[in-house]
Amino acid sequence: MPTTAASPKLSAPFEQGGPPLADATASDSALRRFLHGLPGVDTVGLEARAASLGTRSIKTTAKAYAIDLAISMIDLTTLEGADTPGKVRALAAKAVNPDPTDRTTPRTAAVCVYPDMAATAAAALAGSGVKVASVATAFPAGRAALDVKLADVRDAVAAGADEIDMVIDRGAFLSGRYLKVYEEIVAVKAECGSARLKVIFETGELSTYDNIRRASWLGMLAGADFIKTSTGKVATNATPANTLLMLEAVRDFREQTGVQIGVKPAGGIRTTKDAIKFLVLVNETAGEDWLDNHWFRFGASSLLNDLLMQRQKLSTGRYSGPDYVTVD
Amino acid sequence: MSDGRLSVFKTYKLYVGGKFPRSESGRVYEVNDSKGRWLANAPQSSRKDARDAVVAARKAFGGWSGATAYNRGQILYRVAEMLEGRREQFVREVAEAEGLSKSKAAAVVDAAVDRWVWYAGWTDKIGQIVGGANPVAGPFFNLSTPEPTGVVAVLAPQESSFLGLVSVIAPVIATGNTAVVVASADAPLPALSLGEVLATSDLPGGVVNILSGRTAELAAPLASHQDVNAIDLTGADAGLAKELEIAAADNLKRTLRPQAVDWSADPGTHRLTAFLETKTVWHPTGALGASGSSY
Repeated sequence: MPTTAASPKLSAPFEQGGPPLADATASDSALRRFLHGLPGVDTVGLEARAASLGTRSIKTTAKAYAIDLAISMIDLTTLEGADTPGKVRALAAKAVNPDPTDRTTPRTAAVCVYPDMAATAAAALAGSGVKVASVATAFPAGRAALDVKLADVRDAVAAGADEIDMVIDRGAFLSGRYLKVYEEIVAVKAECGSARLKVIFETGELSTYDNIRRASWLGMLAGADFIKTSTGKVATNATPANTLLMLEAVRDFREQTGVQIGVKPAGGIRTTKDAIKFLVLVNETAGEDWLDNHWFRFGASSLLNDLLMQRQKLSTGRYSGPDYVTVD
Repeated sequence: MSDGRLSVFKTYKLYVGGKFPRSESGRVYEVNDSKGRWLANAPQSSRKDARDAVVAARKAFGGWSGATAYNRGQILYRVAEMLEGRREQFVREVAEAEGLSKSKAAAVVDAAVDRWVWYAGWTDKIGQIVGGANPVAGPFFNLSTPEPTGVVAVLAPQESSFLGLVSVIAPVIATGNTAVVVASADAPLPALSLGEVLATSDLPGGVVNILSGRTAELAAPLASHQDVNAIDLTGADAGLAKELEIAAADNLKRTLRPQAVDWSADPGTHRLTAFLETKTVWHPTGALGASGSSY
């Protein structure tokens, strides 16, 4: 069996005690020193670990449990230019009652929409317990002035969003201006009020695993409630390896600071098999505390249909087909 | 080595979605000739292979049913051309599987190629036979057209490993259906080789998927599968066929019951029409002239 991949042993700033954030984020150079002081990622080890955890065989009752858990963790997402209020309402109805033929099916965690659709989603989901998540900050590119981004967040929160999915400024991150990224996240967090903040790194654009680890720590230091892999709008989205890396980051962050942070892989997770692999990663890396939709989410749309078809297979013994789920 | 060459054994594989996978289960079983001598190991498919094959067939259905009948005819004719080129191989495999002399096996293979050509010709003619303009008492056109049923599970005949196989596959796909075929359990090798022919004859991947293994094991999940629209029970014995028909009734699959067939006889259009749905549309004829409009 491969051993666990290298987990970041925290370097100086955290071990000196005192409020953990203060030292590391005091200045641009301090932040850079801290982020670059994180141990490098063993690429081969990380990918081998993620692949080996993907080979677990999850069957029968364990599979039924995993399917229901995965359904309850879905942020059912529609982020298209062609979104209409009708489509958002249809999606909301599906989130509340994913399989009308089987009322024991759990609800999804949230519906994820663009800010201008947040009010529609909030009205459709009122009283159901399903959250409204809204992307903001000039999603998906994040190329806009800070006040435009903050106005975007304010609008979404005012429209009733319970959760805000923001994108980081990858241009600033890749050119080493970490404090700018940090301050932007802090400013967005301040606008969120009681809404939980998910910070999207767009891991497909960060080039290296080292950068993903740095971005994870940066986001957590800045007060993210969730760290999220990607927007779903680029070629490379959530992979087992980059999600494993982020799970290690939240595990280590809690060890150091006592603060628990959620993880949300998004994009490219389409099958039940994939979803169960991610749940194994969560359990084996972060631990059982994260096996709850308060701490782990899937950003997905077509995944739900596959989970429902597998659920029908388990309950009836017959293979189901796309004629028996709603295709949105 | 007397002749200086190592013999090259062929690994027979499944044909699913245009690819040649081994069974998901990793199992194989021994295939013997008519006298009980070992010929090769064939994959023993599991229900998960059947499931994957249905997914592949469903994926291919849109493109294949949407292709013009003329185009489907061309492609099926191309299959016959490719079969002709592999004639020697099929003659040998059929002779071994069915215990026929070389000349009898050659006659069987020729008949199978001819059958394929015959069905290729039917693709753009079946509409004229079973569709048409219906007479109605009103100012309307009333038109019926045949449409493919969808994904068809085909249990190939157990005895006739090649002519029978071709006679059950070709009519299903000629009309625009896609097929998941369970080959003869004891003589699957000609069917698995047919997969190689189909892969090289412009037939889109997934239109025909060929599984080998125990018929009962594969037929049960196919008969109860909610995304299979029809099932041809030719290769099932009476007891199994009854069970499968009950399972197939759950989502109202079209079912073709097993019957005694002389595969060398003229097949007629029976198998072509078994997996068709009739779509009928009404269309107003428009204004009737000076006496006024009809609507």
